[in-house]
This record gives sequence, C-alpha cells and structure tokens, in this order.
Amino acid sequence: MSDTIDLPRVVSDEAVPQPLVLPEDVSAEDQVFRWGVRLAGYGVLVLLFLIGLFLFLQGLPAFRRIGFRFFTSSGFDTLGRHPVYGVAASLVGTIEVASVAIVVGAPVAIATALFLSEYAPAWSRRSLIALVDLAAAIPSIIYGLWAVFELQDNVVGFSTWLSRHLAFVPFFKVTSPPLNASLFIAGLVVGLMIVPIVASICREVFSLAPAGEREAALALGASRWQMIRSVVLPFGRGGMIGAVMLGLGRALEETIAVAIILGGAFTISPHILQHGGSTISQLIAVNFGSGGQLGLQDLLFCGFVLFVLTLVINLAASAIVNRSRSGAGVDL
Amino acid sequence: MSTDTDMPTAPPGVLIPTTSASTGTARTGPVTGSAAAGPPSPPKPRRLPTPIRPGDFGATDITLLAAAALSSLALVWVVFYQLTLLSGGLGFLVCWYLTFLALTWIGMSQVIERQVATDRVVGVLVVSAALLVVGLVVFIVLWVAFKAVPHIHWGSLFTKDQKSLELADPNILNHVGILHAIIGTLEQVLVAALLGVPVAIATAVFLNEVGGRGVKLVRTVVTAMSGTPSVVAGIFIYSMLILTHVLTYSGFAASLALIVILLPSVTRVVEEVLRVVPGGLREAALALGAPQWRTVWSVVLPTARSGVVTAVLLGVARIVGETAPLLFTAFGSQIINVNEFAHPQGALPLAIWVESREANSIAISLAFQAAFVLMSIVLILFVAARIFGRTKGKKSKSAQRQSEDDFMARIFMPIPMEKVGDEQ
Amino acid sequence: MTVEGDTAARHTIGRGESPLGGAGQIDAEGVCAWFGGRLVLELVTLPMDRSKVTALIGPSGCGKSTFLRILNRMHEVVPGAQLAGSVRLDGTDIYGSGQRAVDTRRHIGMVFQKPNPFPAMSIADNVLSGLRFSRVSPANRGDLVEEMLTKAGLWNEVKDRLGELGGALSGGQQQRLCIARSLAVRPRVLLMDEPCSALDPTSTLRIEQTIKEIADEVTVVIVTHNMQQAQRVSDTCAFFLAAENQPGRVIEWGPTDTIFTEPSDQRTADYVNGQFG
Repeated sequence: MSDTIDLPRVVSDEAVPQPLVLPEDVSAEDQVFRWGVRLAGYGVLVLLFLIGLFLFLQGLPAFRRIGFRFFTSSGFDTLGRHPVYGVAASLVGTIEVASVAIVVGAPVAIATALFLSEYAPAWSRRSLIALVDLAAAIPSIIYGLWAVFELQDNVVGFSTWLSRHLAFVPFFKVTSPPLNASLFIAGLVVGLMIVPIVASICREVFSLAPAGEREAALALGASRWQMIRSVVLPFGRGGMIGAVMLGLGRALEETIAVAIILGGAFTISPHILQHGGSTISQLIAVNFGSGGQLGLQDLLFCGFVLFVLTLVINLAASAIVNRSRSGAGVDL
Repeated sequence: MSTDTDMPTAPPGVLIPTTSASTGTARTGPVTGSAAAGPPSPPKPRRLPTPIRPGDFGATDITLLAAAALSSLALVWVVFYQLTLLSGGLGFLVCWYLTFLALTWIGMSQVIERQVATDRVVGVLVVSAALLVVGLVVFIVLWVAFKAVPHIHWGSLFTKDQKSLELADPNILNHVGILHAIIGTLEQVLVAALLGVPVAIATAVFLNEVGGRGVKLVRTVVTAMSGTPSVVAGIFIYSMLILTHVLTYSGFAASLALIVILLPSVTRVVEEVLRVVPGGLREAALALGAPQWRTVWSVVLPTARSGVVTAVLLGVARIVGETAPLLFTAFGSQIINVNEFAHPQGALPLAIWVESREANSIAISLAFQAAFVLMSIVLILFVAARIFGRTKGKKSKSAQRQSEDDFMARIFMPIPMEKVGDEQ
Repeated sequence: MTVEGDTAARHTIGRGESPLGGAGQIDAEGVCAWFGGRLVLELVTLPMDRSKVTALIGPSGCGKSTFLRILNRMHEVVPGAQLAGSVRLDGTDIYGSGQRAVDTRRHIGMVFQKPNPFPAMSIADNVLSGLRFSRVSPANRGDLVEEMLTKAGLWNEVKDRLGELGGALSGGQQQRLCIARSLAVRPRVLLMDEPCSALDPTSTLRIEQTIKEIADEVTVVIVTHNMQQAQRVSDTCAFFLAAENQPGRVIEWGPTDTIFTEPSDQRTADYVNGQFG
C-alpha cells in the first residue's frame, strides 16, 4: 500500500448526507408489460415441470407394479405363467445405437468443424457452413426413408464383411442372416444426423481460439496440424466435450429414423449387425395405438425415463461448455 | 527499372537518391525523378513487380498425392479381389481410402519429412470428412427428388386424398393424392406458430429486457427443454390432455405438442438476437420518455427484426418435419379433415410414416411424394431464413469479401482504411 | 537451397543445426506487400547484418510490422496478403521455390507485441515447445530450459516453479518466457515486434539487456516506437514512413548514431526530434 495523504475531513461524520432512496417508479402500463412477460417466462418453467410430473404420475403405476425389474428384464410375455415385463433389451439397444452414432459421427463432425474453421478457403466457407446446417434441418423421417431404401443395401455388404472378419468381437457376431434392419445401420444414420449439431458447436469453439497463440505456434515453425493440435484443440476441449454430449443426447432420443429402420418388432438383439433390436424411443413409437403388448402406462413410464435422461445429459453438457475456457463465448 | 535506384549497393546513411538532389520535398509522387526546379511533371505510373502469394502446397505434394492414390488403387484392387470376399463398392472404397492415407504418409515422410507428411495426411482426412458430410446431404436431398418427381401426377397430388384408395382401381393414380396431409401440416404448424411464437418472444423479452428474479432458472429450463425428445412432447400432451378427455385426437393437440418443441429453440435464438441490440438505443428511447414496453415494441424488436424472423422461420422449419409427436396427438388420417379441433388429422410426416411401411408400391410412391413436398417446404423455409437473416446493409459479395480482407489486414496494420461495416 | 529429393545433400535451410554456428545475415531486396489488392509496402531494400541489432523505426502504420512479418513468412498467413521481392537468409531466398515456410520459421524466430505463452503448458514445456514442433530432442531438457530462461533473464524468478502454467506469470515475465521459447530453437535471426510496448519499465530494461546479450548468437531485428530504446539497443536503424494514402517506404537507414545525430533526410530529422509520429 502506498502512502496516503491525510486530507482534513470536510464535514463531520454526523453531517454526511445519506443517499436518497428512490421509490420504485414503474408506470402502470409497464407493470402490465412486465408481468405479462414474466408470465411467459414462468409459464415455460411450469411447462417443463408439468411434463415431468404428468409422465411420472401416469407411468408410476407401471413401475410400482414391476419395480426395477422393468429395467433389467427383457421381453413382454404377459400370458405365460410367469409374466415377464421389461425393457432391458430396448435400453441396451438404445445404448448400442447411440454408441455407433457417436463412434462414427463425432470424429467426422470434429473433422468437419476443423475443416470449416481452419482449412476451408474463405470464399467457400459460408456456403459450406450453410450446407452443414442444412443437414440439421432435414427431417428425421427423411433420413429414415433414405436409410431404408438406399443406405441399407450398400451397407449390408460391409456388415457381412465385418461379421466374417471381426467375428471375434462379440458385437459383430451374426447368428441369423438377414443383415438389414439392424441396430448398426440405425446407428450409422443417427451418426450422420448428429454431425451438424456437434460440428456447428465445435466450429464456433475452434474459431474462438486466440490468434496470438496461433501465431506463436506458427512462428516457432509448427505446421498447420501441429498448430491445431497445440493451440486449437486444447482450447476447444470443453466445447468439444459438450458438443459430443449434446450429440449423444440427440442420438439417445432419436425416434423416427430408428423406428423406420428397425420396423415394429420388439426383438432382443445383442448382435448389432443383424436384423432386429429395439430402442426405447422406437418402442414407444411403434407400440402406441397398435394395441401392442406394451401397456400404455409402461410406454408413459419409458417416456419419463427418456425425458429425465436427456435432461440430465443436456444440463451436464451445458455446464461443461460454459465452464470451459472455450465455452465462455459460445451460446449453447 | 530505370527508377529503381534503391540498390543495396548504396552505402548506408546516404539517402536513396532520385535523379536529382531534391530530397526535402515530399515524396508523394512516383520514384521517377524530375528536375528539381520547375513545375512538377505529372506522375508516371510506377512499375512494381507482380505480387505473389507463396504457399506450401507445390508440385511435389500433388505428385506424391497422385502417386499414392494410384498405387493404393492398384494395391487394393489386387488384394481385394484375391484375398477378401467383400461385396459391394463400399468396402472397396473404404480399403482404398485407408491405403491411400497410409501410402501418402509413407511417401511424404520419405521424400519430404515426417512433420509435413503428418500435416498433409491430416489435411486429407479433414477435407474428406467435410466432403463426405456435404456430399451426403446433397445426395439425400436430390435422392428424394429423384424418387418422387417422376411418379408425381400433378393433377391429383395436391387435390386428392386417400379416401378412395383401392388397389384394384386401374386409374388409381389420378384418384389419390396427399391433400389431406398437406392441409393437416399447414393447419397444425400455423396454429403452433401463431400461439407459440408470441410466447417465445415474450419469454425472450423477459430474459433479456425485464429480467429480475428467476432469470437464471428460466434460462436453464429453456436450455433443458430444447433437448426434450419430440416423442416425449407428444406423449406429454397425450397423457395430460387426451387421456383425461380434455381433448380428442386432433390437429390442435398436435399443435400443442409442436409448441412444446418450438418454444425453447425460438426463445433462445431471439434472446441471443436481442442481446446484440446496442444498449444505447434503449437508453435513447427511455431518455425520450418512452415507457419500457414502448421501447421494446418500437425500438428493440424492430432493430432485431431480421434475427427474429430468422429464428421464427427456422423454428417452423424444425416443427414441420416432426413425426413422433404427431403419432400420439393428431393420430393420422387418410381423409381430408379441415377442422383441426375435432377429429384426427393427417400430416405430411404422418403420411410418410404410414405409407412407407405399407407393402404396395402405390403407397410407397405416395410416401416419397409426400417426402418430396415436405423436403421442399423445409428447403424454402431454410433459404428464406438465410435471405431474411442478412443485415440491412446491402453489400455485394465481393465487397463483403473485400471488407473481410480489410478487416483482417486492419488487425495487422492500422493504416487508414474506409470503415468496415458491422459483420453479421 | 534445398535440393528436392536429395536427402543426403540437404542444405541447412531445410532443417537441423546451422553450420555457421549462430547469427545469420538477412537481406531484403525490393520487398513489396499487398493486403487485398492494396499496396502497403513499397520496394524496401535493407540488409540486416549478422550479429547486429537492427531497429525499424517510424510512425505507426508505416508498414514496419508488415515488413517484419515478411521476414519470417508470417505475412502469408493473412488471407488476401501478397508480396514481392526477395528475402535472403545467408544467401538463400526464403521465398524460393521449394522452400517451406515451416523451415524458414525455425531459423527466423519472432517475439510478438502481446506476450503469448501457451497457457495450457507449463513454463518448462513452453520453452521446449518449439523443439517439439521440429521434432528435435535436446540432449538434456533441464539444461536447455535453464540456459534459455537464463538468457531471457527469467531463470531466477521461475526456477522453483517450472511446472506452473505459462499463463500464470506477469506480463513482463510472460514476454521473457516467449523470448526464451524462441531462443530454444536456436534461430539465426530473432524478429521482435514492439516487444516492450505493453510492459512496465523494469521488464523493458531487462529485455533490452537480453537483446544486447544475445546479439552475438542471434541477429536481432526489432520494431520499436520508442526512440530512446532504438538508441539504446540498436546498431543500425531504418526509418520507415508512409505519406498520406501512400504505401510505406524506407526513407533512410544507417548506423544508429548517424540516424539520430546527422540524418540525411529532413523527414528523418523531424521524426527523431519528435516533430511528428
């Protein structure tokens, strides 16, 4: 602390005036306005709460009836002597589809984001970004159509190869031949669907990497890739993780594309390359209204589970991105 | 160059002479000197060397890449058909691609050096990923068009529904269409937008302009909600309103479910757009005595208009294609139903969903046609959003690029340049 | 000049240790620079002598930094930037065909105006980062780190906390770290773009001392606005000027004493006497 100069007090302590307390001066019309928009905001809050509440309440009887076995047992045989009721297969299927989607989609998305932010020539950047964003706008049912009528035929050969040459990996074993309508194909399409989400966040994050550090790396003789690896990627780590988590959330909830590929059957399929398999959201979609074995309450409870799952993942992703160095400037 | 007397042979300290001894006059003219005294002659054009833009990607790199491509092709051709039993072009392409990468890396690290080789291989990977994504997107869009357009009977597509779908009918293609689906989608989306957009804008205004307690919570909730699966939105409306018999299966229920999806995305984008509006504008309006609502209505929102329009268009584009929520709410129908408040109603995504799972080719063809119409609507909205999203300043493309260059240059060298407009 | 494909006869501007064992001679000839079609630097010819300190002075906006960035091929990083002329390092044109920017930058280092250590790396790793890029493994990492930090005048302050992150230092310390980092790759030339303009006087003096100490091993070219600094550290000065809406040029260059006491051009005299700029 530097030396302070003592100045004589101008006024004694008692005579120092107190700050004015101004009354809240809001006109009537503005009161109305403010309360109007507050209503909208709190309404959104209430809406979310209601969603969770209703699903929970409607689905609770199902859970109460079965208990945790709902999640661990598989199959729906209500007519047999020991009724079986469980969505374990669908849970596993959901995870398998999401895994394939992330394994395939996340690297492609990050590479695409790198291309857009680091490699693309300036004149093409805007159009390419627009095209990648367009991928997010294409409805999922159209992705599903494409997967069933076009992608499937081309991938079946690849699946065959995988099942022959990588059979030692338990996933890839095939026990019953038709290799279409598989979780693997569903995973591939969902992987493509999450690319625009992951890529656009990563791209934004990469472009925020500080120019000073980039220049420092280049001036030391780094090649473009070395500069990316030592400056851009470490800077963007939080953003990338958040982006992949959001992609994961999207992959877990994807309903229609998966449902079109897998069809309506509820079969248990630990082998992702062959036909069959089910995911939670597909289960809900195809069993609704068709008088399927799955009771309505069970479906609603599945919906509740899905809702909570995606909620948790999205909130976590948001927190990770916001707390990271790169995320401070990005809006999730 | 006769004027180039700036030779390094001049001893240090001596001013690079022009042709005369006049050194004091400002050298704003060309280097070509004229007589010291007398009226200045008109400047002669300078002759400067041609500018170059050095790059590292030269003939060597191209040759090596081409060589790697060809040799990997040959290698995979031999190995592929002899050793493995792969069917389909996809496997071949994948093998070729991987071999190409490997050979490129090996070749470059031998001929040039490892650091450069790694850099180039990464470059190839990155470029191919982007091309893959962009290529697939374009392919999907064109594929839908190619599958649908040749089979469209323009007379009936937009005017008929599926009420009279009898496979035995020889003239069936003129008797079926998807009018019911089109009407359904239009009504449901319109109602959802009319109800949802004002609420979304109001929420954004609350978050950004009014604030106060609960802002952080509401913002978190909006973020969380934007991740809500669409199928959950559908069964939520179902369980809350239809199961309880407040509503029946109807287009209106579908609209409500679509609002649940529309609200969070539009709110977040509008909030971001409002945040960019300069605070000075609000202060100016307040200083003129305007109440807050007037400030928002007449100053803030109009300034942010292009962003808000973009948000709305993109939000609508999103809900137009949603299928899952409609399954539980509108339920689907094959006949025209204009009253969305009463009975089950069809919609484009629903039509695609149902028809694509049928076994007959008419149905599948209808599914594709509905997909084509849906795709076109989404594309139109998307393009409209990009057009209306431009800033008000009208710059030609080259001027935009130029100002981007100028902007970059301004970072490195602060010479006076004309003011660069705000980037959007 | 690198001989393509002839790895055995690779000359040193490709990679590796400099056989000349130290400072390099760098000569610019007829250098012009454009940004997006606009000429900003016109026909600059300037030798920067081995083991000497050359200062580039002049008012802001005259192209000094642009010229500096042309010397280590950083100019071309900016989209829309073009150049002409030749820059020779020990006789080899760095813009010649077959020369890679990456190699050039290992021999011609740069310290920037705003200190930019890598925040996610420790202090020691920062110093060694340049070597990682060129895949050179030093015989003894610890010794090298100590040597470089000592040369930069930072060793005593950080020797107990080499594992701390590079971003945790003060501005002056960060800049000295950047100098150590640049020196670690043993460049022949070190370019410094107003390295002290954002720093306090103590750091400034310490860095000036560093410059004088390293001049034997590394040729230094420094851009500075501070004329007293130019007088203190440099052996040669070049005066840049750009008239209104004109590209920058070198008006005069020569031994520092001459430039400051008996400049030949009136404009130089005006500038060094503080009449403008």
